[in-house]
Amino acid sequence: MAGFYPAYPRQTLIALRTLVWKETHRYLRIWLQTLVPPAITMTLYFVIFGSLIGSRVGPMDGFSFMEFIAPGIIMMSVITNAYTNVVSSFFGAKFQRHIEELLVSPTPNYVILAGYVAGGVGRGLFTGLIVTIIATFFADLQIHSIPITISVVFLTAVLFSLGGFINGVFARKFDDIAIVPTFILTPLTYLGGVFYSLSMLPDFWARLSMANPILYMVNAFRYGILGQSDIPLATAYLLILGFITAGTFFSLWLLRHGTGLRS
Amino acid sequence: MNALSLRQLNKTYDGGVVALKDVDLEVTPGDFYGLLGPNGAGKTTIIGIVTSLVRPTSGQVSVFGHDIITSPWEAKSNLGLVPQEFNFNQFETVSQIVLNQAGFYGVDRATAERRAEQYLRELDLWDKRNVNSRTLSGGMKRRLMIARALIHEPRLLILDEPTAGVDIELRRSMWTFLRDLNERGTTIILTTHYLEEAETLCRNIGIIDGGEIIENTDTRSLLAKLKSQSFLLDISTPLSEMPTLDNFTVTPVDERTIEVEVRGNQTLTDLFDQLNKSGVSVTSMKNKSNRLEELFIRTLGRSKPTQEVS
Repeated sequence: MAGFYPAYPRQTLIALRTLVWKETHRYLRIWLQTLVPPAITMTLYFVIFGSLIGSRVGPMDGFSFMEFIAPGIIMMSVITNAYTNVVSSFFGAKFQRHIEELLVSPTPNYVILAGYVAGGVGRGLFTGLIVTIIATFFADLQIHSIPITISVVFLTAVLFSLGGFINGVFARKFDDIAIVPTFILTPLTYLGGVFYSLSMLPDFWARLSMANPILYMVNAFRYGILGQSDIPLATAYLLILGFITAGTFFSLWLLRHGTGLRS
Repeated sequence: MNALSLRQLNKTYDGGVVALKDVDLEVTPGDFYGLLGPNGAGKTTIIGIVTSLVRPTSGQVSVFGHDIITSPWEAKSNLGLVPQEFNFNQFETVSQIVLNQAGFYGVDRATAERRAEQYLRELDLWDKRNVNSRTLSGGMKRRLMIARALIHEPRLLILDEPTAGVDIELRRSMWTFLRDLNERGTTIILTTHYLEEAETLCRNIGIIDGGEIIENTDTRSLLAKLKSQSFLLDISTPLSEMPTLDNFTVTPVDERTIEVEVRGNQTLTDLFDQLNKSGVSVTSMKNKSNRLEELFIRTLGRSKPTQEVS
């Protein structure tokens, strides 16, 4: 594969470490924009939907409404932040043209991709951890399976970081980086079973919901924490891994062809 | 093995604009090479292809014998770029920009920090190392891009109009820096609109127009092609009448300045001998226009009209 330099593993590792640190430093430097807002928003979700409205909703699938929505809200923050971090950072680098620092350097394409994805995963997981800590003030969360919880949240963060990267490659103006999160990601997340169980929906809508990939991630994560899911766990893993594989190859192809980067 | 070798390089942009036509160019190691041409001639396209920012339509590029497509790590490690426009992260400090760039080239942290101090000191930026880059002056930003381009110690440095928009004092200090760098062994390719800069610094010059190299030779030979030069002479006392000089064309500019045309087969010694015999005392003299500028205009005048390409 073009762009693969096994002859220089030490230098390649230094390049990767540099990019990962640069990306991590970016979202930590602007923590007031990146880490605080999701904490406030998700706290409001817990207060309004969990405490105020949730107390009148009653139990769902055998759990209190607060316990039921907590995994979905955590996952929602992970998805949004992983995606947003990569798309805004990568497009910002294109806009200011400092992406050229990377493009003129010998940094291989897979390192560029891995560095940006690592930044997105880092911010997604960091935010997820903050929201999880907040959730413990509202619900008694007993983790059913640590390996499943961690693997699902990690793979989901990887997947949406890749999504953000692809969006960033194609984006030509700032509007382009807001369209996908606003018109696709947010609706799919809200309709992905964050606030309700699939069993509550009429048959037609329940079947339609099965086409929403975020439903699988939210439910797999909910299984990791509560031990309860509307969908088979294996299907969720296959779906996530399938999207990650496709997203990785597509991203590398875009970098190799210089789409949106090289004239 | 050449520092840079371009063979049959062609570039046609989307939309059909032909930017380069069968460009062949060799730059030898240790050279200080000037690439000149009007706006849209193809200079930036050549630099873009060499630095992988532009994809060639066809042709080969190699840097110190390493093909940029088949051996990108080796080729890119030997290459440093100072682009025309500021392209660093405006939210990072001077140190972060330089050290990150070192990391992208696989330079370990200790070496990167040592080199960063060396180049930032040489370029008078050491005191600004912790300053946010967007607060730097234009000249400082240009020097920052030079420091960044040198951090991995490339053997070939390409500068795309490095002194555009900087004041005379800074320009002169950058010339000194670049000349020293070249004497220490770095091959330099320079594009510039300041022809005085090219004449002062470059040993060899290529002129590109309409995507084709129309002149490629050493600066001395290029300047020798000038058939005549015009000099402005300041004289000590006002002339009552114009001196008659054999074979020289003399034109009055004002009462204390005359213009003399010296053709290629004539010498300044002969001119001054005749002025001396005529009782004219010269206090200073200068070329009426930059010699390379004169040649550049004449050369372009003979070439085809240029196309609008970037």
